[in-house]
Amino acid sequence: MSIFFILTAIVTLFAAASAMSLRNLVHCALALAVSFTGIAALYLQLDAQFVGFAEILVYVGAIAILIVFAILLTRSGEAPENSVLTSGWMAGIAISAMVFTLLGWAVLNSSAIPKENPPAPVATVKNVGDALMTKFVLPLEIIGLVLTAAMIGAVIIALKESSKSETAGRES
Amino acid sequence: MFDKLDQIFVTALHWLVSFVPEAWRSLASSLICIAFILSVFPAVFSVTTIFERKGIGRIQNRYGPNRVGIPFTKIRLAGFGQFIPDGVKMLTKEDIVPRAADKIVHFLAPVVMLIPVLLAYAVLPFGRNMTVTDYDAGLLFFFAVGGAVELSVFMAGWSSRNKYSLLGAMRAIAQMVSYEIPLILSAVTVVMVVGSLNLNAIIAHQNQYTFGIAHWFVFTPWGLVGFILFFIASLAESNRTPFDLPEAESEIIAGYFTEYSGFKFALFFLGEYLGMFAIIGLGITLFLGGWTSPVSFLTWIPSYVWFFTKLMAIVFVFIWIRATLPRLRMDQLMNFAWKFMLPLALINILVAGLWHYMAADWQRWLVCSTIIFGAYVILGRGLMHNQKLGKRIYRYAE
Amino acid sequence: MLGEQIIKGMAVTARNFFGSYVSKERLTTVQYPEEHLAQKENTRQFPFLVYDGDDWEKGLRCVACQICEKECPPKCIYIVKSKDKKPDYKGQPQIYPLTFDIDISVCMSCQICVEVCPFESIKMDTKFELSTDDRFGGLLLTKDKLAKSNTYYQKMHPQDAAESDAVIAGEKAKAEAKAKAAAEAKLKADAEAKAKAAAAAATVPIAAPAPTPPPPPAK
Repeated sequence: MSIFFILTAIVTLFAAASAMSLRNLVHCALALAVSFTGIAALYLQLDAQFVGFAEILVYVGAIAILIVFAILLTRSGEAPENSVLTSGWMAGIAISAMVFTLLGWAVLNSSAIPKENPPAPVATVKNVGDALMTKFVLPLEIIGLVLTAAMIGAVIIALKESSKSETAGRES
Repeated sequence: MFDKLDQIFVTALHWLVSFVPEAWRSLASSLICIAFILSVFPAVFSVTTIFERKGIGRIQNRYGPNRVGIPFTKIRLAGFGQFIPDGVKMLTKEDIVPRAADKIVHFLAPVVMLIPVLLAYAVLPFGRNMTVTDYDAGLLFFFAVGGAVELSVFMAGWSSRNKYSLLGAMRAIAQMVSYEIPLILSAVTVVMVVGSLNLNAIIAHQNQYTFGIAHWFVFTPWGLVGFILFFIASLAESNRTPFDLPEAESEIIAGYFTEYSGFKFALFFLGEYLGMFAIIGLGITLFLGGWTSPVSFLTWIPSYVWFFTKLMAIVFVFIWIRATLPRLRMDQLMNFAWKFMLPLALINILVAGLWHYMAADWQRWLVCSTIIFGAYVILGRGLMHNQKLGKRIYRYAE
Repeated sequence: MLGEQIIKGMAVTARNFFGSYVSKERLTTVQYPEEHLAQKENTRQFPFLVYDGDDWEKGLRCVACQICEKECPPKCIYIVKSKDKKPDYKGQPQIYPLTFDIDISVCMSCQICVEVCPFESIKMDTKFELSTDDRFGGLLLTKDKLAKSNTYYQKMHPQDAAESDAVIAGEKAKAEAKAKAAAEAKLKADAEAKAKAAAAAATVPIAAPAPTPPPPPAK
């Protein structure tokens, strides 16, 4: 564990916690963007370049913007009055701790995980691209088709209200 | 001799690093490269502001700034010292933060703007062997960090608590998101033909000469169209006229940096220009052969001279366009991106594929050019089809 | 075709760009402190005092009648009359301004002082580069700064100067004619009958009333 890993992990976790607990929704969205960036940095430290850059390009560049726009267009910027914690937060923590323990136990004892560290796979951007265009070309095309359909659907939904919002579906 | 001149910066870097103990060499080398970027590109920025003011002045039949030279002397330098008082003025002005502003976000926005822009320079090749990090996925890195700029624009617009700031930010984000797609799609053609995301590999592919003329991608039908699309999209990405809606002075004061003054405004200004240089640098690398020479008998000129010459030439075209074209309307902007540039970029990808697989003879030229030209004419007709051009009727101004 | 007009527009701007280096006539601006645009005949800035001849103290036309001081809407003129008299351009003894100040930080360039002056002595100047680092003293123009020669005025506003010169010349001619007539009449009166002395006596007072009775002594 290098010092860089510890630093990025702390920043990511702190940003994620802020995204949950901050009062102002826009601040939450910005904290979420920071935690996306931290996750991308973690990917890059694992030599997963494509995932890392895609994380920044898609999540920071598009998803965070989409969230921020959604907040801006749907409600005023005033922070809500009630507490961040709900009344049953103790029970929530207890349940999530139990689920985490169970999952951790299951994963650690799983036979699918080899006991020795496997050799690090080489996943350069070129390899990922080759795999996507040869072995996984059908899933890729199907995902493309589904996304296109979703986009057209979004445009049609937007068209019903007014004929001008042709750009509404571009984020999908 | 010319080889030495070409590699003078690389040699200087190695020489400087050799003074540092072995363990610290990579760190020292990075620091020197960072210092290089941080000193050279702001210097180019300051000269560009003068070029811009003088160029636009000349286009409008004025002199432009021609007074200030070296401070405390009588030397005028035709006004090229203007950036010194401008900079001093900018940095010593009072920093005003609106009372209702979100102080932290307001403070962070210019910083968040500048960081990704500076990061983008890490992968740009400024000359032969002059890339700070020769990254395998350099192009992807460039586009990924570029995506973070939009967030800073939003932060600036939202935190100012000013309707003009917010309007400017909304416009800027809508525009950047829309034009990022043609930008990336036009760059994809190059990646398809070269088969690599490494910018140095892309340049190496263009660094060949037939009959003394370089194999720049701009000299092919798909490359020309790709370059023009990239050029227009980079105009929009750097918020320059005719795509300067986000900071339309006559409509929304200064857009998302209305409420910024002094140092923070200077940072935004710097960030905008550095972003412009970075994206022009990428365009040069992708389509204009990066630091290579266009003809083989000029290859003795140092590579970085070629890079910066091309950079300034394109900056000049940007200035020229700024002085020529009026601002687009929002619907025209969106129509142009989604109904013209996007389809043309997709057709261009198809043509690049055809180009790659057809035999290298005149038929390839004919087929590719015909498809591109036909698409251009048809899409152009479609774009102009619903335009009601004619005398404008003012309904309320009678 | 799409883009045709853009190319045309770019050609126009390019022509202007290179043209501005080639032909100086294209340039619409001048290099101000070194070059000046020619001023219009009607340019008016702030008042000044006209004097004839070479010595401004001797040739000042102003007779300190204080009409301008009274008429000035923002009250920016301050005049102190002299106690002694000096001969004016007609040779008549006149009082003259001991002090004549115009505060141009107050003056609104309305030109009323020029309109009311019966002696063609206050006129409008075209000098506009009056900035100073002394906020009070620098903008208070005293008599010596206000006095400018008639040749300067003729050069600046040839038409108006010609008119005012004609008026002055007319006055002078009239005065000379009267003086001549008076002198002749005197000669005649001396030489001829005493009956005509009454007529001669009648003309002299007409020429004489211009010099107003001496001002009351200062309290």
